[in-house]
Amino acid sequence: MYKKLAVAGFVIATFVIYSLHQRNEGSQVVQKVSTSQNVTSQNAVSSSNTTSPVASTVSYKDGSYTGKSSDAFYGYVQVRATITGGRLSDVTILNYPQDRDNSVEINNAALPRLKQEAIQIQSAQVDGVSGATDTSQAFEESLADALTQAKA
Amino acid sequence: MIKETRQIMGMPIVLMTPDESLTNENIGEVFSFFRHVDETYSPFIESSIVSRINRGGVGEPEYTDELREILAIAKSTKRQTNGYFDVWYKGNFDPSGIVKGWAIAKAAQILGKYTDNFYIEAGGDIQVSGANDEGSPWRIGIRNPFDRHQNVKIITLKDSAIATSGTAIRGEHIYDPINNKELNEVASISVIAPNIIDADRMATAAFAMGAKGIHFIEQLDGYDAYAVMHDKTAITTTGWHNYEITP
Repeated sequence: MYKKLAVAGFVIATFVIYSLHQRNEGSQVVQKVSTSQNVTSQNAVSSSNTTSPVASTVSYKDGSYTGKSSDAFYGYVQVRATITGGRLSDVTILNYPQDRDNSVEINNAALPRLKQEAIQIQSAQVDGVSGATDTSQAFEESLADALTQAKA
Repeated sequence: MIKETRQIMGMPIVLMTPDESLTNENIGEVFSFFRHVDETYSPFIESSIVSRINRGGVGEPEYTDELREILAIAKSTKRQTNGYFDVWYKGNFDPSGIVKGWAIAKAAQILGKYTDNFYIEAGGDIQVSGANDEGSPWRIGIRNPFDRHQNVKIITLKDSAIATSGTAIRGEHIYDPINNKELNEVASISVIAPNIIDADRMATAAFAMGAKGIHFIEQLDGYDAYAVMHDKTAITTTGWHNYEITP
């Protein structure tokens, strides 16, 4: 369930990124949120309706377009974009890297008080950098591919 | 300093060593191993053993010693994380979450035959040994999950490993009805451990646990962690400051 919500949030965020990216001075259309269930045996999650401001001024042809499958190491990410009235109205995740079993709670009794601080940008030279593998990049690639097809 | 990067398993693999005596053959051996791992354990390559297991074409007696080693790590990780980490999901076998750390550890063993001083990274997960080209511990940045071109912390590591799990994309929104505000979420968690297998699997499990993840790491001996939250604060375990350098 956690992952479904996470994926839904992920879709919402990407909507926002895309619409901000593509708008000139568009108006904001706010829709309601809900998530629905798996669409493939691969544990993909479908999300319909989002809180995204859909404000693109780029015009697309109505229809559904399936983006290419993009490698995110832990799995392929593939999305289908639906265009209604010339606008991106829905993004369905057809494939998403595998979920984990998170049904068991950890014992959170007597949690110690840990140090909290504001993050600060560091400019000093480093040998290497540790960071998370990017699934968001694969997601954007697949969506961009679907939207390119919609423009054609 | 030798620095070589290859794109394998869908991510950059980076090898560094101040030891100029390393030959191209030595370096090639490391990258060949990563290619072997990709071909053997990728769930997206039809001929891989993982794909064949999922098609039902390989029985347990046919498992290689290497696969048994990976499965043994997977089994103990599932137990240690109370089920948060499982390579079996809805009847599908996907050991990717273990294979990455395991592959880096094996690559470190290969490098260890030729030098005591090296850095080996696969997609942001790093094992170091000895010193860098200045004879100092390796300096590692923790990437800002909100801007991949920035670091939010710099640490030094010697003979240990760090792995980061996370996403800058906002996930679950949880509201605190009493204080009428959104509860804070984890954007990324970086875990330091003596070896990369442990750092990688515990980072993955801790991220899956959400806000409880950093407390889970605090309870483990020999581990430290740094969690970046969506409100742009960070939470550290009590021993984390031992690795930090002051800018």
